[in-house]
Amino acid sequence: MLAFARLRELLGFGARELQLGAGATVGDVWTRLAADVSALDGLRESTRFARNGTLASAATPLGDGDEVALLPPVGGG
Amino acid sequence: MIGLSASPLDVAALVRAVESDAHGAVVTFLGTTRETSPGDPRPVAALEYEAYATMAVAEMETIAREMRERFGPLAIAIAHRTGRVALREPSVVIVVAAAHRAPAFEACRYAIEALKSRVSVWKREIYRDGDAAWVANSTQQ
Repeated sequence: MLAFARLRELLGFGARELQLGAGATVGDVWTRLAADVSALDGLRESTRFARNGTLASAATPLGDGDEVALLPPVGGG
Repeated sequence: MIGLSASPLDVAALVRAVESDAHGAVVTFLGTTRETSPGDPRPVAALEYEAYATMAVAEMETIAREMRERFGPLAIAIAHRTGRVALREPSVVIVVAAAHRAPAFEACRYAIEALKSRVSVWKREIYRDGDAAWVANSTQQ
């Protein structure tokens, strides 16, 4: 998984490999990380997810080797 | 010419990239680094940008396609900075060339609004006192 900006700083890493069970979804990545990092509490609503470089809902199923990105509200320009 | 750059943006080169005998109008937008923050009273010393590069470039290319669908034939250059950007420096440059000024102005405005709400780039304000904070755009979609 990848995390950017504020989420990267709160997690303390920008990239990590995760092992999730069969049938895992994009949202399970957040659930797994938030279980260990209480600083993520309250940030899920404002976070968007991407799977393999495309925006994806939390319900999107994951396959082997998929890359999930956690995207805080953008600030470009 | 669409992409991200870790070094200062070359506005003249981006304008040259859209030059053509077919164009009667070239509109350039520079988003520059400002000392005052909308959300913090402290003076800003610099901005720092981080990008999810593959997604950011793909989204900028999507925006360019939408511009041509909405406003007709255009030549387009979009460049966004990553890393630290000093005051007065551009963090984003959008150049749109068209046969006439109306589509060039309208497409340029469309591009900056779409970029600010959709492109995977994040901004941190670095204050003069050394503190820093991530700042989201107010035009989230």
